[in-house]
Amino acid sequence: MTANTLPVRRPPLGARLSRLALPAFTTVAVLYLFLPIAVMIAFSFNDPRGRQNITWQGFTIENYFDVWSRPDITGPMATSLVVAVVATIGATVLGTLIGLALTRYRFRGRGPFNLLIYIPMATPEVILGASLLSLWVTADVQRGLGTITVAHIMFNISFVVVTVRARIAGFNRSLEEAAMDLGADELTTFRKVTLPLIFPGILAAALLAFALSIDDYVVTSFVAGQETTFPLWVFGASRFGVPPEVNVLGTLIFGAALVLIVAQIIWARRRQGIETSLAKEAAA
Amino acid sequence: MPRGLRWLTPYLFLVPGALWLTAFFVVPMLVMASVSLQEGTLGTGFRLTFNFSVYPEMVAEYLPQFGRSIIYALVVTAATILIGYPIAYTIAFRGGRAKNILLLLVILPFFTAFIIRTLSWKLILADNGFVLGSLKDLGFLSPAFHVLATPLAVVSGLTYNFLPFMILPLYVALEKIDPHLIEAATDLYASRRQAFLRVTLPLSMPGVFAGSLLVFIPTVGDFINAEILGSRDTTMIGNVIQRLFIQTNAYPEAAALGFIVMAGVLALVAVYARVVGAGELTAG
Repeated sequence: MTANTLPVRRPPLGARLSRLALPAFTTVAVLYLFLPIAVMIAFSFNDPRGRQNITWQGFTIENYFDVWSRPDITGPMATSLVVAVVATIGATVLGTLIGLALTRYRFRGRGPFNLLIYIPMATPEVILGASLLSLWVTADVQRGLGTITVAHIMFNISFVVVTVRARIAGFNRSLEEAAMDLGADELTTFRKVTLPLIFPGILAAALLAFALSIDDYVVTSFVAGQETTFPLWVFGASRFGVPPEVNVLGTLIFGAALVLIVAQIIWARRRQGIETSLAKEAAA
Repeated sequence: MPRGLRWLTPYLFLVPGALWLTAFFVVPMLVMASVSLQEGTLGTGFRLTFNFSVYPEMVAEYLPQFGRSIIYALVVTAATILIGYPIAYTIAFRGGRAKNILLLLVILPFFTAFIIRTLSWKLILADNGFVLGSLKDLGFLSPAFHVLATPLAVVSGLTYNFLPFMILPLYVALEKIDPHLIEAATDLYASRRQAFLRVTLPLSMPGVFAGSLLVFIPTVGDFINAEILGSRDTTMIGNVIQRLFIQTNAYPEAAALGFIVMAGVLALVAVYARVVGAGELTAG
């Protein structure tokens, strides 16, 4: 009998191919996810004749200059930005407070309260819009900028709570205890230790709220009255043909989101590094 | 704060946000319920007559749209699982150091406006657009072939738009799985397929459930995809609610439809909480 009973075998071809299948599938999937974005960017450089921007006619960067002299487009864009900024601030403040309360305190009524946070997220947007419209019609309230902003704060609160909460849950309480042991009172500890530590979470939540707000069509369409936001304008225009200037603004928003997200990630990573080293020191 | 009143702190944090959600989510739902039981027209005003018969009437009148919404949503949920699972699996188990970058790549396209993304799909799927047009020119498709205005177009658009809601919870569930468990299975002579079917897949089921809920609900209520990519034969219940509310001002009928959808959603969430456990739902 020989000693080597198990010859070294190369895995069969099938197995080697199936190892490649997943990465290949994922690559194709990512391309698929980016296809509409690529089309949006490409057609922002199109030079269409007539109102329809649906076939490729020629390359131009003209659209990127023209868009600023189209108040019919920049007006709704400005409205969207104002709503998004106000709604982001409102929802971030209200949502962060709730996130803090839920993670750091035990209190009665937690269960029903969780439902109050999660059910709005589970509700189809069309129902959020329809119920708000019912309210405004019944209460005879004039719809416009105010009702849009109120609605945006409402649907953003839950998303802020979830994001902030995930961040607070992973955070090291011993740092706060250390501060208290060193004689800091509760407020100082919160200001100097807690807030800086959870700030990346708050920022991420604010970014998400801003993105959801500036993008919203469904809820806004119910509560806008005569007001027009950017998505509402684009939808209205799509019946007759969307001009390339819309693609320009879409591309610019996408670019801004990209820059902000990357910056946020780099910054959060840095902070995480600092935090880990602080935690190590605190533990030592 | 005086020590005796410490218990008040969490409530102080909760109250502003809770009031907002109550005033602009809970109250509107109640108002919508009341509106659904009223009779009248915009001109003569609406009076609460407890007209419960509107509910069976609406179900009967819009049965095709209800059925279509549910079928589309089921197909879309299945499609997002089929497309999303391999992606989430690849990122979770093969992502290595690039995990976060890959995850970012997957969600990045969704930072473009929903409307613009869907309009991009309209362009891609256009009868003589660069995809179908080229295939037709090359003789692969008959000139009469079209995708737009068919259920396929609507379902494709919905699948694309709600895919991240499937990928993210799947990723979270898969990422949590201890690779040692899979190793143990293969050490005990399970084939790769058996290890997947008996260990990985069952452990990832919470993600599948969460993702299904997160995709099914917004899909059932969506009307943008059917509006932009569909035709009169692909109308979903969201389109009906939107049209009755905004164009024909048939508030009671629209409110009744909205309330039926909301009740269905709540029932789904309740079933989910039963099956998967409320903890999973509210863990954040």
